[in-house]
Amino acid sequence: MSRAALLVLADGRFPAGGHAHSGGAEAAVKAGRIRTAADLAEFCRGRLHTAGLTAAALAAAAAAGLDPLLLDEAADARTPSPALRATARKLGRQMMRVARATWPSAELGALAAARPRGAHQPVVLGLAARAAGLGPEDAAHCVAYEVVSGPATAVVRLLSLDPFDATGVLARLAPELDAVARRAAVTAAEAVVEGIDALPATSAPLLDVMAEAHAAWPVRLFAS
Amino acid sequence: MGGLTLGARGVRATARIVATPEGLPVLEGEGPLALRRTRARGPYHRVTVVGAMSAPLGGDRIGVEAEVRDGARLHVDSAAATIALPGREGERAHYDVRLSVGEGAELRWLPEQLISASGSDLAMRTRIDLAPGARLVYREEQVLGRHGEPPGTLATRLTVYRAGRPLLDQELAYGPGAPGGWDGAAVLDGHRAAGQLLFVSPELADNPAGARMLGDHAVLTPLAGPALLVTAVAPDARLLRHTLDDALRSHLATR
Repeated sequence: MSRAALLVLADGRFPAGGHAHSGGAEAAVKAGRIRTAADLAEFCRGRLHTAGLTAAALAAAAAAGLDPLLLDEAADARTPSPALRATARKLGRQMMRVARATWPSAELGALAAARPRGAHQPVVLGLAARAAGLGPEDAAHCVAYEVVSGPATAVVRLLSLDPFDATGVLARLAPELDAVARRAAVTAAEAVVEGIDALPATSAPLLDVMAEAHAAWPVRLFAS
Repeated sequence: MGGLTLGARGVRATARIVATPEGLPVLEGEGPLALRRTRARGPYHRVTVVGAMSAPLGGDRIGVEAEVRDGARLHVDSAAATIALPGREGERAHYDVRLSVGEGAELRWLPEQLISASGSDLAMRTRIDLAPGARLVYREEQVLGRHGEPPGTLATRLTVYRAGRPLLDQELAYGPGAPGGWDGAAVLDGHRAAGQLLFVSPELADNPAGARMLGDHAVLTPLAGPALLVTAVAPDARLLRHTLDDALRSHLATR
């Protein structure tokens, strides 16, 4: 694998639109559930081990070569919130555009043709990682990091939280990020043998509830 | 009581129900899970699961299997809440539910709550296979701790297939043995009851509904297939049931 390719894909400046999303943090701040750096850490930790693990495993499975259309269907079944399905497909479409320009591959082209309105973003990211010569655990790392860095960056803006504190939260989550990425890669390897049901489906009730409330707001700073 | 074994490592028992339009050709309780045929509800055969013992205890492996054959209608409820209790050596208990609903058949699966008592460790797995023309009303409620006590460890997975394709797959993990953050702002945020109410019916494909908030802590969402899911959290079991009952009544009234 190319470590530099991993940095390109994981960079917050990679132009795939992720900066416009708070990963549920905007709704949690509005509800008074995130007020401090400690609240942010618990929010990020909870998101990482639930929706984060599920998304990381989908990306790892796509990078491992599982059928992306079956993974896209598995992602739908793991995303009961229509607002979050729409967000995942919108981000997937943006990821597809930049990935095809950056690391063109027949597999990316085939998925773009089969899902013109966008496949779930982790599936596209996994295929992009594969096209970039990266492995399943690399793809899982990218997703796991994005799952916590999105809310951390958003909360700096939403709460005027000290950016040093927010970065400290991310740094202290590093061992758990590594563990989630590893587990995602292990389950992806199991899914190659046993089928897609071997992938985790971990979820978080409040993220699903708040996503729909947030989508109905007339004015918001972040798209999700 | 065919396969019941009571070994050093806990109870192994599976209860079985088969429903046809004419009746209940199989109604076999086992071990802690006794089954009673109770008074029918309209066109529905009705079965009540009676907890003959406190179950599941750590180390137990218990299960329920229900098959609703083409054209049959079955309503299953339970006489009391299921309480996960600790075993003698802190082992994990397993509770497996397998449900299948045939063409033109309907299952209403409306058991009482699952209560995760302090010190317990339970993995609950539910797999539901639906024919394309099957209907389902399914309720699941997790209550963390009996009144005023800290929760045990509870991990659940609900997997629903319709016409051989995945419709819903959801894992939840709460309590001291769950990964970190389960009580933070993304997952439960101090709530001690969580529940799901799932409606599947072929007509929902023709009339896709929009998502709707049910108060501040519950939402009704259309899935990617012909199904609606209520996701709710609440401070306690009573308030959770209140929210789910409202959603159940309004859904059944539109039928």
